[in-house]
Amino acid sequence: MRNIWIICRKELKSYFSSPIAYLLLTMFALIFGFFFWNAVGFFVVEGAEMQMTGQMGTMNINDQIIRPLLDNASVLGLFFIPMITMRLFAEEKRTGTIELLATSPVRDIEIILGKWFAALALYACLLLCSALNFAFLFRYGNPDWKPLAIGYLGLLLQAGGLLALGTFISTLTRNQIIAGAATFGLCLMLWVFAWVSGYDSATWATVLAYLSVVTHFNFFGEGVIHSKDAVFYLTVIFLGLFFTARSMESLRWRS
Amino acid sequence: MQAVNAARHLRAVDNLLPTQSNFLSQMITVQDLTRKYAHTTAVDHISFSVAKGQIVGFLGPNGAGKTTTMRMLTCFLPPTSGTAAVAGFDVLEQSLEVRKHIGYLPETPPLYPEMETAEYLRFVGRLKGLKGVELDKRVDYVCGRCAVADVKKKLLGKLSKGYRQRVGLAQAILHNPDVLILDEPTAGLDPKQINETRDLIKDLAGEHTIILSTHILPEVEQTCEHVIIINKGRVVATDSVANLQGRARDRETVVLEVAGRGAPLDPARVQQRLQRVAGVAQVRIKNQRNASAVFEAESRRGEMVRGDLARAVIESGWDLNELRPEAMSLEEIFLQLTGSDSAAAAAGKQPSEEAASAPQAAKESGAAAKEPQR
Ligand SMILES: Nc1ncnc2c1ncn2[C@@H]1O[C@H](COP(=O)(O)OP(=O)(O)OP(=O)(O)O)[C@@H](O)[C@H]1O
Ligand SMILES: [Mg+2]
Repeated sequence: MRNIWIICRKELKSYFSSPIAYLLLTMFALIFGFFFWNAVGFFVVEGAEMQMTGQMGTMNINDQIIRPLLDNASVLGLFFIPMITMRLFAEEKRTGTIELLATSPVRDIEIILGKWFAALALYACLLLCSALNFAFLFRYGNPDWKPLAIGYLGLLLQAGGLLALGTFISTLTRNQIIAGAATFGLCLMLWVFAWVSGYDSATWATVLAYLSVVTHFNFFGEGVIHSKDAVFYLTVIFLGLFFTARSMESLRWRS
Repeated sequence: MQAVNAARHLRAVDNLLPTQSNFLSQMITVQDLTRKYAHTTAVDHISFSVAKGQIVGFLGPNGAGKTTTMRMLTCFLPPTSGTAAVAGFDVLEQSLEVRKHIGYLPETPPLYPEMETAEYLRFVGRLKGLKGVELDKRVDYVCGRCAVADVKKKLLGKLSKGYRQRVGLAQAILHNPDVLILDEPTAGLDPKQINETRDLIKDLAGEHTIILSTHILPEVEQTCEHVIIINKGRVVATDSVANLQGRARDRETVVLEVAGRGAPLDPARVQQRLQRVAGVAQVRIKNQRNASAVFEAESRRGEMVRGDLARAVIESGWDLNELRPEAMSLEEIFLQLTGSDSAAAAAGKQPSEEAASAPQAAKESGAAAKEPQR
């Protein structure tokens, strides 16, 4: 436990002592902020139109602002996750510091968990930027906080799975760019798999759609926890970390 | 002959079945350790053992398999076959215990460029299980010992090569491990720091068991008690340093600079004269100037010719500007150990088996073989 914390703290420090963390935070804040003001602007204009035409629709902040924005955040995350995980092991392999970690009295799994938690923590910081925008809604409106909280839980679970896969890919190479590109490719695949269910309902399409990380987010975005979605994410996390552990083991055999 | 064979046989059995006390006093035991890469066998069935408190030099040319062996001892690489035990723990089965007992300086110091020296040492200390006051004390201590106190607040990425090496060494001794495994610890250091590092290593011996690798022969002579020479993944010899020196010196190469007294010098005549000195195998002219010339004289096996050479020069009325024994290069020792003199190799290998496990005996025989003027 202590070792996990030691590694995690070291990783967080190196994220924040290099420009990478600040760059990611700034980019995420800018892009998400753009989405947010678009959504709010649209909402306001729509509301005004409704009043003018005398329509009696109900306007709901949760449905019309928060949910689409959470969906956006879930996709946006796919672009940021490779940049978070690509250095985790590739960098250590390139500089040879992996030799220090692997010959210290810590278990492989502690190293892996430490790094994964650090990546998750950085992603949580990104999400915090988006949460600031939502705080604005609470100041001027009266949205329901529960679906929002569940949405964030979903975002974290989804990121946890992808970060675990990214960590795994990072153990495969000593080149950060390759690790990043491969992770990015995988993230995109897991996103677009969802599209096949749009035109085909054969078994293979169902399977592919099931594998898509984004389809499993839909219910979280609505504020509903389906156990099958949660189980899916937890399985991805477990598999990702498991593969990382195996890869580290074989790293010793191959290197 | 039969008696000798019997004795050898006994020794072999003894080695295979270490007695309890023997086993405990061995900090590192390596049996038939082999490591294969895709196309190469980097380490090929090597066996040796290191007693507690010894400093052992691991000597070999580039690509001999020193780093690979050390990586196996530190549990970084698993062996393809064979076993290795450090501090009584198997590197495969009880890897975590082994790692608790070792300090390791890899070939390239494992530094995080974005960390400051002190911060890095604290991180490593925590990783090795130090905490609280103990951690602070050890970090301060190693900073002093390895002379990195003045770069405590500097980013590791901005340190010079020598300082990186020092921080790497500081990192290795941080948790006061029983066994230190140092891969070329003095690479890249300045002469002063090399000396200090050697002193440090000598100081650490006794309580600590140290294996250090190098391809610099004098380094081994100055720091180590025992030496394991490997070449192409095989142990060529395990011996005490004294023995090795004796063996290296049973033939010498001497460099002389001879000057004519007031008159120009005829190098060919000097060469002829030197050639006639008893015990000299051959003399080469290395370079010549107006008034002086440099010669290289090689002695026959078992002959010491320095004194006779000097006398010959002086008596012939020339000046002797310089006379020094040429340090025997590692390659020459290899040639001697492995090459044409198979007898020497065999003689070298026999005591080698017991050299590490019976240091006392080795030392005595080594002292006998040692040259008086050294
Ligand atoms: N990762 C690797 N993959 C394939 N071959 C390797 C690898 N590492 C080392 N080797 C090979 O194993 C052999 C021994 O290498 P090793 O690094 O142990 O030598 P060394 O004695 O440490 O040499 P040096 O003095 O140059 O440090 C070499 O032939 C090398 O090419
Ligand atoms: Mg090496």
